[in-house]
Parts: sequence; structure tokens; C-alpha cells
Amino acid sequence: MSRLHVSATVNGDATDFLCDPSASLLDALRDQLGLTGSKEGCGSGDCGACTVMLDGEMVCSCLVLAAEAQGRSVRTIEGVAEGSVLHPVQQKFLEHAALQCGFCTPGFIVAAKALLDRNPDPTESEVRYWLAGNLCRCTGYDKIVRAVLAAAADLRQERTPA
Amino acid sequence: MNAPTKFDGAKPAYRHVGTRPVRPDGVDKVTGKALYGTDFKAPGMLWGAVLRSPHPHARILSIDARKAEALPGVHAVATGKDFPTLQSLVMHVGEGASDIVDVARNCLALDKVLYEGHAVAAVAAVTPEIAREALALIAVEYEELPFVLGLEDALAPDAPLLHDDVFTKGVEPKPDKPSNASMRVEMGSGDVEAALATAAVVASGRYTMEPVHQGYIEPHACVASWNADGQAQIWCSSQGHFAVRALTASVLAIPQADIRVTPLEIGGGFGGKTTIYLEPVAMILSRKSGRPVRLAMTREEVFRATGPAPGAVIDVRIGAAEDGTLLAADVEFKYHSGAYPAVDAGAGVASAIGHYRIPAARVVGTEVLCNRPAAKAYRAPGAPQVNFAVESAIDELAVRLGLDPIELRLKNASGEGDPQTSGVPWGKIGWTQCLEAAKAHPHWSAPLGENQGRGIAGGYWGNYGGPSTVVVSLAEDGSFVVATGSPDIGGSRASMAIMAAEVLEVPYEQVRCVVADTASIGYSMVTGGSRTTFATGKATVEAATQVRQLLCERAARMWNVPAEAVEWREGTMHCISGEKAGTSISVARIAPMVAHMGGPVSCVSAINANGWLPGFGLHICDVEVDPETGHVAIVRYTAVQDVGTAIHPDYVEGQVQGGAVQGIGWALNETYIYDHKGRLDNPGFLDYRMPVASDLPMVAAVLVEVPNPDHPYGVKGVGEVPIVPPLAAVANAIHAATGKRLKSLPMAPDRVFAALHGCA
Amino acid sequence: MPSTAYHAPDTITGAIALLMADPTARPLSGGTDLIVQMRSGRVTPGAIVDLKRIDGMAGIREEGGGFVIGAATPCTALRNHAGLLAAWPGVVEAANLIGSVQVRNRATMAGNLCNASPAADSVPALVAAGAEAVIAGPAGVRRVPVAAIPLAPGRTSLAAGEFVVEFRLPAKPAGGGDAYLRSTPRTEMDIAVVGAGVSLVLGADGICTEARVALGAVAPTVVLVEDAAAALIGSRIDDAALDGVAEAARAVCNPIDDKRGSIAYRKAMAGVLARRAVLIAASRAGVIA
Repeated sequence: MSRLHVSATVNGDATDFLCDPSASLLDALRDQLGLTGSKEGCGSGDCGACTVMLDGEMVCSCLVLAAEAQGRSVRTIEGVAEGSVLHPVQQKFLEHAALQCGFCTPGFIVAAKALLDRNPDPTESEVRYWLAGNLCRCTGYDKIVRAVLAAAADLRQERTPA
Repeated sequence: MNAPTKFDGAKPAYRHVGTRPVRPDGVDKVTGKALYGTDFKAPGMLWGAVLRSPHPHARILSIDARKAEALPGVHAVATGKDFPTLQSLVMHVGEGASDIVDVARNCLALDKVLYEGHAVAAVAAVTPEIAREALALIAVEYEELPFVLGLEDALAPDAPLLHDDVFTKGVEPKPDKPSNASMRVEMGSGDVEAALATAAVVASGRYTMEPVHQGYIEPHACVASWNADGQAQIWCSSQGHFAVRALTASVLAIPQADIRVTPLEIGGGFGGKTTIYLEPVAMILSRKSGRPVRLAMTREEVFRATGPAPGAVIDVRIGAAEDGTLLAADVEFKYHSGAYPAVDAGAGVASAIGHYRIPAARVVGTEVLCNRPAAKAYRAPGAPQVNFAVESAIDELAVRLGLDPIELRLKNASGEGDPQTSGVPWGKIGWTQCLEAAKAHPHWSAPLGENQGRGIAGGYWGNYGGPSTVVVSLAEDGSFVVATGSPDIGGSRASMAIMAAEVLEVPYEQVRCVVADTASIGYSMVTGGSRTTFATGKATVEAATQVRQLLCERAARMWNVPAEAVEWREGTMHCISGEKAGTSISVARIAPMVAHMGGPVSCVSAINANGWLPGFGLHICDVEVDPETGHVAIVRYTAVQDVGTAIHPDYVEGQVQGGAVQGIGWALNETYIYDHKGRLDNPGFLDYRMPVASDLPMVAAVLVEVPNPDHPYGVKGVGEVPIVPPLAAVANAIHAATGKRLKSLPMAPDRVFAALHGCA
Repeated sequence: MPSTAYHAPDTITGAIALLMADPTARPLSGGTDLIVQMRSGRVTPGAIVDLKRIDGMAGIREEGGGFVIGAATPCTALRNHAGLLAAWPGVVEAANLIGSVQVRNRATMAGNLCNASPAADSVPALVAAGAEAVIAGPAGVRRVPVAAIPLAPGRTSLAAGEFVVEFRLPAKPAGGGDAYLRSTPRTEMDIAVVGAGVSLVLGADGICTEARVALGAVAPTVVLVEDAAAALIGSRIDDAALDGVAEAARAVCNPIDDKRGSIAYRKAMAGVLARRAVLIAASRAGVIA
């Protein structure tokens, strides 16, 4: 079976790659484009470690065919920071020690940023339910939730300068 | 000159110990740059895949791989016959002992498969798709055998036998027939029956559970490259790359120094990655193909084929006097070893009742073989299961005697000098301090609402020290590099940098910590057993101390004064006596010169760390139970733990919170479900139900510090204790909320509903 | 092992032709069931026909007071439509319990329905609401009640080359309210052990004039519980009516024992959830549209 040629925008750059028709977007990102920040924890959409933004919505890239990315815009963990300037979500994850092994962290950061881009003042419960699709086995989620709430506070201050 | 080693109550004013700086590997991890098991690629790398048994117990009659080998794109096929013939040899690697023959058979079966998912063959091909296609072309002829999954069934006289050469260890005289009972451990003293007979109340019961998995989010993965000249490299996600080297070299019967193992970042292990599954297989495929080979497990393979924590049947009887004094305890349990002999029973026996002073006690544990994946370490291996039964029984005593559950525990709590179950006296433990801290905590007196209940449970884990090697080196500008052989699973690079910076009295950012591969540093035992901050930390302190001493000597030589005349303060050497008194030089200024003035400054500490102390914890859990549906919501959770000294409190809290939540998952929803053909029915995160963020409240971690006199900063291991108390804490809370005591895990909604409404 | 082809037609007729050309071809919407099944080897389609590039397949519009929902509309988009959320909150809720936010940004009710899992979350709510599915195929376009589509676990009544193009929800009647509840072991991420969808209409005097109660995961396909409706109609949703609903729900159950729930537990939960969903629907029935 011949491979498909896909053109997409990945982290702001026009990109293209070849893929098997049944390959996942996650496979293409990791193996064709070398963007190994998104992880495979389960391959079945149950852990969220592969979370990326597709046309502005967060998705499990293991459940998107690489072919479906044709003409679309993908943003991965590698595209969250602006150059070397960390996004407040990334910064707060570091300050609040919201990672231990760090494997689930890229998925959480993409998902948390997606939340704060839509809801700048989420409650603890809203944060927990939004992130229910991201499994973490190391932290028990406590410091992750605190980091997201702290990033939200940070961003709200930035948006409304004193 | 050295950091203090005696703690007289007051914690010294540390510069760095106890602070919360950002970890050195943090930016890589929040930007997706860090390389984990499947992120690493070697040039020319092939993709491997493993063929696994569909049967829980069968003889392998033949394997015909010719069609697979002929498939275009396939470069190698491996079976168990590709491993050399090995002699039985028990290796103490990782957490627990294993016979190297069993390790090899578990990597690739030879004559028999012992569980569904047991690896029987492997291929390496140019793409993962071709590798999977090749697996389907391997024809394996099996003779199915009767299988056994349950503990009691495996011990029945007519049970299918997994190994005909396993005779129960720990039984005198040695049994004359093989059985599935691989080991029996007993500890205790006193006349238990007589003491129970005098008790006012005896809490007794049978507690049961199925296996649970460590649940690390990153599946096992490695890349191996084995050259024709015999030298090899392995890159893998592991808790112990020296263990990987030792086990792989032993399975393949090659010198250890021929393998260089580089640890990649690891996406969780919790004990499950202190062993090998894929490395020797990838090595064989690499040697045969002449190229590096990557082998990685899918999530399904992780569940079907890697070691869970054993399930258990625990029978407990604990007798107390009217005033709550514990008089006797009789605890007997059986653990699922799975396909190969395991060793959790010993730790289980030692971890059952030692936290109480009980004059007459008997604890017996048996490991039972059955057709499931071989059990492997999972955070305090062997302790949570037996603790569930014991702390539930203690709770029952408190309820029946009308005593406050904290007071009952305080009344009987072991302290320094009291005997453990083995008879060896406890050292400077912090168990009563945890109980007191819990009692004083606002959670303990917070009001409860309708359908809510509060439960507590306490537990402990022995921890460990053991061998670690650390090298502290001076860079030519006065900054430092600390190299360890301890993979970082949760922030230990930060802790080592803190401890080194504390000794050197320089800013934290002036000390960087890296994890070196097996060829670049001396041996270190696995990152596990709650040993790393203790043992690798001790070695770090020792090496850093040597560095500052050596630099003082160099300054002394440079100033032509005796070494005693030079003092180190905050990264600067000062001459404090004689005619050069007042002269000083900073490490930044001396650093460019020293290498040419006596040699580079690089000090190694290779120690076998002794003097570790166990950790104790007391957890308070509030639940709300929906009486109509049986759903249990955790509404508040506080985990109190004696940590000795918290080097980096954020990461210590993280261990406590993470372990507590794993215990909550174990208590409420996690379990292995098998079908009637002995195949695992829930090998994925959909139906192996681990807690998600919306299932939990914040987890308060209360760090009690009773410093360990035998560590320069008072460290006690913290990683494993927190998974021990939650099982009973949750069960006791459910009892408080509903009046029903559940004795079988998990306490999923349908089970709670059945207990409340008396139906199946 | 034959490999899979991928097609992204931009017309309905093009999609039909591709599906007719290969009997093992599968339509792709969100992919959150199909891709999982492909990975596990449960299905091996010769071709995947991606419907998302067809104009008009995604989107929600109001028509004659009712709603037309394109088959390729992701579940989260349903929440963003204020009119739909106000009229049929139960349907929107049901669709937004599937999986996680990541899954819901892709999953569609059409995929959920045509996957024909007995435990599909959107189906009891759609059936209770009286939704219809518009199906395109080689023989033309037809319109059927949603309940007519699932035949058995994993099997639908769709003929070769057919696929759902849109859902049609009626206008919310005055005094109408709907709700969906499900029982899962965890708070999120689980397949429903039981799902209960309820839609009812209360008159100005508080008496129930219409009711539909549908249960999922208690039988091979969704069950419309006629006796539960009968217990509600003519009542003021009092305790006797609620008891009747619960009993009817339990009686109609024909579940299996599986890794997600036992027969006994499913029966019990059917009664509990039907009752609770009726109360929520009734409280919404009082709200002005």
C-alpha cells in the first residue's frame, strides 16, 4: 500500500510528511517529524499522554489518523513555549513541582493551556473535570491542579495590568 | 567541617536543605525535550515486536518462523532457544531475588508458557507494521495444559503444577513433592492461642484482593545494539541500569563490562521497572541483524505480561483487652507469585504488625505460583495487602471497644527500642509522632456531613540503604557536576544538587546533577526501596565533603600553610591562622588552576550505605457514600508521614501524595479481571480503572520530621510508605459511613452496593 | 495482511461510491471508536472513508423550532450551541459524558450510535427525545427513528453504502424537559454500566402529559421503557409514579454480567437512575424555553 503525502502546519511551520494510511497523527509526529514530546501511554485514547491541539481543539493524537491532518493546524508541546520563553502553565508546573517522572506532563500542559485559553478563571472542580482525560500515576494530581490554578491567576493578572 | 550527624531536636538552619528550587531536568520535561524509552533512536534502527502466548498454560511443541524470516523487511527472529543454557543462580538485583533461569524464561519461554501473554518469539523489521505482520506468520504449536488462577485452587492437591522443581522453601523438613507453594515465611513469638483466649475482644476476618498493577504511564522500552565484537549498548527506561546490565549479561552469559547501559528518562516505575523483559530479546535481535533494535511494549502487553503486585488472601485475628491493650495477633496470608517464585511474602511478614507492641504474635506468609504474569515489586511490595487486613482488624477493635482509633493506636504503638516482629529493636522511628500529628490536625476534628464517614490507618515500610557511587567534580570555572548512577524517577537530581550545594555552601545553581551510564560511573543499586535520597544522598555528601577538603588542601599548598589553617566558608577558602591569616580565594578563582596544580578535583564516594531507618505513616480519609448506588467519593484525605528530613519538600510531598492516590485506586477500583479461559479481560486503561483527577480532592501531605541520626541531613526513605495505609483507611471510612466493613478489594460501587443491600 | 486505504471525499455521492466499492470499508467521523478497534485488531477495514470533508456534515442549525445536527459534529460543539443546550440539555449532556474532553472534541453522536455498543451514552437521550437519523445511501435518503438503527451489539440496520448524515431533533415542547444520567465506577472516563435518558412534558397544572424513558447498557440494544412512561403520564411525578418508573426500569432489564457490571447491579441501577433522571427532567420542564 503506498504511503500518503500529508501537508499540515505544525507548531506554526508549514510541514509535510509521508505516512501509512492507518498511521496515527501521534506516530507521524514522533516518527516522521521527530517531535517526540507527545507520548504514547496507551494508544487507545484513555490516558491523554498524546494530547495535541488540532485546529485549536485538544485531541488525543493517537485517535487521529495522520492523514486527517491534511491542511490542518497542529500544535504540540514543542510549540507551547514562545521561543525559549516558557508559557505560564509550563512555568507553574516547574514552580509547583507538578511533575515527578514527567511522562504525562506534555499532555497535561497542552490540555491545561487549552482550558485556560477558554476559561481564564476555572474552579478546582472545573480543572479536575477538564483534565480527567489525562492520567498521572506519580503525583495524585494535587500539585498539577495547584499549578494550573496558579497559572490561571498569573494569566489573569497579565491580561488586566494594574 | 562536616554536616552535622547528630540531631538534638532542633533542625539546623540549612541553606538549601528544605528549600524548593526548580529541578535541573525540569525545563526539558515541560517542553517535551526529555528523552524517554521510545524517544531515543539509533541510526539504522530496526523495529522489534514480540509474539505472546494466547494460552495461560501450555507446552510449546514447535515454533516455525520460516515464513516470518522470509518476509521482506524482516531482519531477525528470536526464540528462547537463542539464549544460552543457564545454570540456576539466584541474583539479588532490583527489589527482591530472582533465579536467572526464571528471568531468561520470562523474557522468552522455552518449553512451556506459564501465563497468557508469555513471550515466545520476537522479530526485528524495518517498520513496525512489517514486524507485526511477521509475528502473524510465526506458527507456534501448543499443547494446552490445565491452568490455575486462584490462590486456594493453586494449593489444592490436584492443582496443575507450574514447575516440577519447586519445593516450598522455608518448610522443615523439605517437602518431598513439588507444589505451587514456592515459599513460606514465618515470624513471631509467644503463645498466640493462649493469649487470644484471654482477650476481651478478638477481631477476626478474611481479607481478599486480586493483583493490581503499578500503572506507570510509560510502557517498557529499550534499544539494544550488539556488535560482532561482543560489545553492546542498551538505552532503556529503567529504575536501575546496573540491574539491567547485570541481568542482561547473565541471561546472555557475557561479561557485564561488554554492555554499556544508558538510562533514558523513565516514565514511572514504582518497582515494576527494576527488572528486565525486553533487553535480552532486543540484544539477540540486534546481534542477528547487525543493527540496533528497538523493542517497546504496548499498553496491552504491559498488562498481560509484566509483573503486578500479588493478590492475596489474608486471615487475621487480633485480640485485645477491655482497655484496648493488644494481647495477641495471628496473621496468615497467601500471595500470588504468578508464574515464577517471588519474594513479597518475606516483606509482608515483616510489615504486618511491627507497628504495635503485641506480646504474642505469629505472622505466616506463603507465596503461591499460578498462571498469571510473575509478580514484581510495587511500592512497598508485600506490605499494603497484609496491612489492609491488620488495620481493618484494629479498626474493628476500636469500634467494638468504643475507643478512639488514634488513642488505641497510641496506646499500643511501637517506639524506639521496642521489638520488631523479627525481634530486632526499632531504631529512631517516628510512628507515635505521626499519630500525635494526626490527632492535632484540623482534619481529625472537622465535622462530617450526611452519608460521610472518617477512617484512619497506619503503616510502615522498612526502606533500605545499600550501594551507591557518586562522583563530584569541579569544573574549571568553579561550578560543580554531581554524577550519580541513580535514575531519577521523581526529582532526585534536585535533591542531590541540594545536598551537594549544602556541603559546598554555594548557590544551588552552581551544582548540576546528572545520571551517568554504567560505563561512566561505578555501581549503584536500583532507584527503588526508598533508598536513593538516603544512600545516594550519603555518597553525594561524602564526595562533596571530599571535594571541599581537597580544595582546602590545594589552597593551603598554594599559600604554603598547613592544611588545618584553611577553612571553607560559602565556597571560599580562607586562611584562618598564621602569617597568611586573612588571605582567601574563591572556588571560581582557584578552579582554573587546580588541575595543573596537583590534578583535577574529582572525588568519588562508593559506599554501602547503612543506618537506614523505616518510615511510618498515618492516613485520615473521609468518604461520602451514595447509599443508592454504592459510589464512594473521597471528600478529604490527609497523609501524615515521618520523612526524617525533607531535603526537597515538594518532591517529598509528591511521593506521599502519589503513593496515597495509588493506594486509593487499589482500594476503590483497580483489579485484574480474567475470563474463563485464563485470559486477562481488562488489559487497558479503560477497564483497569486508575484514579482520574475528578475522582480526588487535594491530598494533604503532612511531613513529620524525626531525623535519622545516621544520615548527614537526617533522611529517611519516603517513597513507599504512603501506599501502605490507604487500603484500610478507605475501608475504615466506608465502615464509619455505612456500618458495613468490606473485606474484599476493590470496594467498587457494585461491591459497596451489595454490602449495603445484601445482594450479589 | 491487507493494508487500509484512506479516502476523504467531498460529496455524499462520492462517499457512497467508496463504501459500495469495498464491503469492508468503514465511514470515519470522529474515529474514537473505529481507530481504537483498528488498533486492537477487532476490525480491519480495507478502506476508511472520512466524512469530515463533506460540506454540511458538521454543524448545528435550527429548523422549524427543531434542530438539525450534522453527523460529523463533535460532541463538544453541541455544548456551544445555546439553543440546543437550552432545548435538549439531556441530549447534550449525554453526548458530553463520552470519554474525555479530548475524545469529545472528535467523537460524534453518529459514531456513538452506529458503533452500536449497548452502553452508548448519546443513544438513550436521543431516543427519549424522539430524535430521528437521516441516512444517505445508494437507494437515496431515508429518515428513521434513532432507535431503529442499533440491531445488536456492534450491528446496525444500515445497508451497504449507507451512513448517517444528520440527526433531527424536534422542537422542545412547551413544558418539556429532558435529562440523562449514567452509572460509572469512576467520575469520568468509564463506559456506562447503565444509562438512563428521560424526556417528558408537564402541563401547566403539573401533570405529565408525555414521557419517554430509555435505558442503555441493560440489554443488547437501547430499550424504550413503555411501562415507565405509563407510570408517569397522568401523574404529578409523585413518589408512586417514581416507584412505578423504577420498577418498570428494573423489570425491562436484560443485561449481561461483564467486567463493567453484574446483572443484579445493573438492574438495581436502572431503577435508581431512571428515577433520578425523571426528577431532573421534571425540574427542567418548569423552565421557560
